[in-house]
Amino acid sequence: MPIASAHPLLSVAALVAGYGRPVVGPVDFTLARGEVLGLAGPNGSGKSTLLSVLAGAGRRFAGSVDLAPGVEISWQTQRQPAVAGIPLNGRELLALTGASAAGLPPWLAARLDERLDRLSGGQLQFLHLWACLQAPADVILLDEPTNNLDPQGVAALGAAIAARAAAGAGIVLVSHDDDFVAAACQRVVRLPGGPRP
Amino acid sequence: MNLELLSDPLFLWPCLTGLVFALLLPLCGAYLRLRGEWLAALSYAQMAAAGSLSAAALALPLVLGGPAAAFLAAAVKNAFEEAAEATRGAAYAMLLLAGWGTAVLLAANLPLAERLGHALFDGQLYFTDRSHFLAALGAFAVAVPLLRWLSRPLLLSHFYPDFYRARGRSSRRLHLAFDLVVAGVLALATTSVGVMAAFALVFIPPLAAAPWARSWRAALWLGALLGGLAHLLAFALALVLDQPFGPVLALLLVLLGAASALLARGFPRIAA
Repeated sequence: MPIASAHPLLSVAALVAGYGRPVVGPVDFTLARGEVLGLAGPNGSGKSTLLSVLAGAGRRFAGSVDLAPGVEISWQTQRQPAVAGIPLNGRELLALTGASAAGLPPWLAARLDERLDRLSGGQLQFLHLWACLQAPADVILLDEPTNNLDPQGVAALGAAIAARAAAGAGIVLVSHDDDFVAAACQRVVRLPGGPRP
Repeated sequence: MNLELLSDPLFLWPCLTGLVFALLLPLCGAYLRLRGEWLAALSYAQMAAAGSLSAAALALPLVLGGPAAAFLAAAVKNAFEEAAEATRGAAYAMLLLAGWGTAVLLAANLPLAERLGHALFDGQLYFTDRSHFLAALGAFAVAVPLLRWLSRPLLLSHFYPDFYRARGRSSRRLHLAFDLVVAGVLALATTSVGVMAAFALVFIPPLAAAPWARSWRAALWLGALLGGLAHLLAFALALVLDQPFGPVLALLLVLLGAASALLARGFPRIAA
């Protein structure tokens, strides 16, 4: 469904989020189509928790999360699924989320027909990221996407994020890597402090 | 006994019935293995055996008792999962013990159940007839398209467990559908090939196929092929050596699984 670009894809207002108890908030921001928004802050400040609430997994204690009608979310978490002994190859993984292989960096495109358990940790991480990033979705949530990536992978990820945003997606990115956040994001919401007492 | 007996309808129907399940069960097993639920197969098979014996005790059709008990097991397992994720493994163990306890008590107290119990636990495929074959074909015709339809959600649940949740949808009904398909197939297979042979066909062919397949699709084909070949060889061996079918098939599959693991370790460059 086409969504008017004048309206934000995602609006977060006075959001207090957590699991058993509040971990982060109140937080306010909006996300527009084509925008890359960074969530930054020290460990324990609730960046990943906030993403999980946006994806409908965590608990909202106060405030609101509003999605424009018809918006689809794609969410990459830090959890790495077990791949050892599972005979699934890269092409099949991309097909699961509906992601296209077009535009994959050559160093990974050449290995698409290999099983996931034959890829290196960095190649597997990038493939998982690609499957989420290129899945049909309007809002893409990325949680610490640079984990396990070498400088070549980080550079390719930055380019892929920029291209996906240019194609019309809104992206929320959580990372402890301030340099990457500064390079990849047009706007940064900084979450205060560490874990709540 | 000799292989000429295979042309006898008395042995032909059991052979064909077992072959259909030997092709189908490894497909179910591939997804159970993906989900880490291989023990579920044994609990469904055990519950199906208990259901069949209960049906015999109540003078009801066996073909209803087994699937009914297996479907009940699938429903109980899903209820456990909804209550708490951590109880998943406990549900299988309890269902397994409930099925075993019920079956053994029935067999110990009712002569009819005792005879049937021997057939179910020894894997005496030779008791099957044309009706079992038609039931197996029906199960194949229903289960294969359903598994094909469920394949993507099941794989997504493993690799992207939050894929549906992030899109505001639930995959719980899809998982229940898978549990019911597996329970139904295992129930029918158990009443034809026996508890442990059915379990062995679910568990070992996908395990043996995994190191050699370069894709999920290839693994499904290879698993089914290994299951079918193992069944035919076991059937011929059991006939020639005049042995019960179930243990022969189980031991053959164990050898196959061990050989696959050793070869994959010894020749990693040949493995996929």
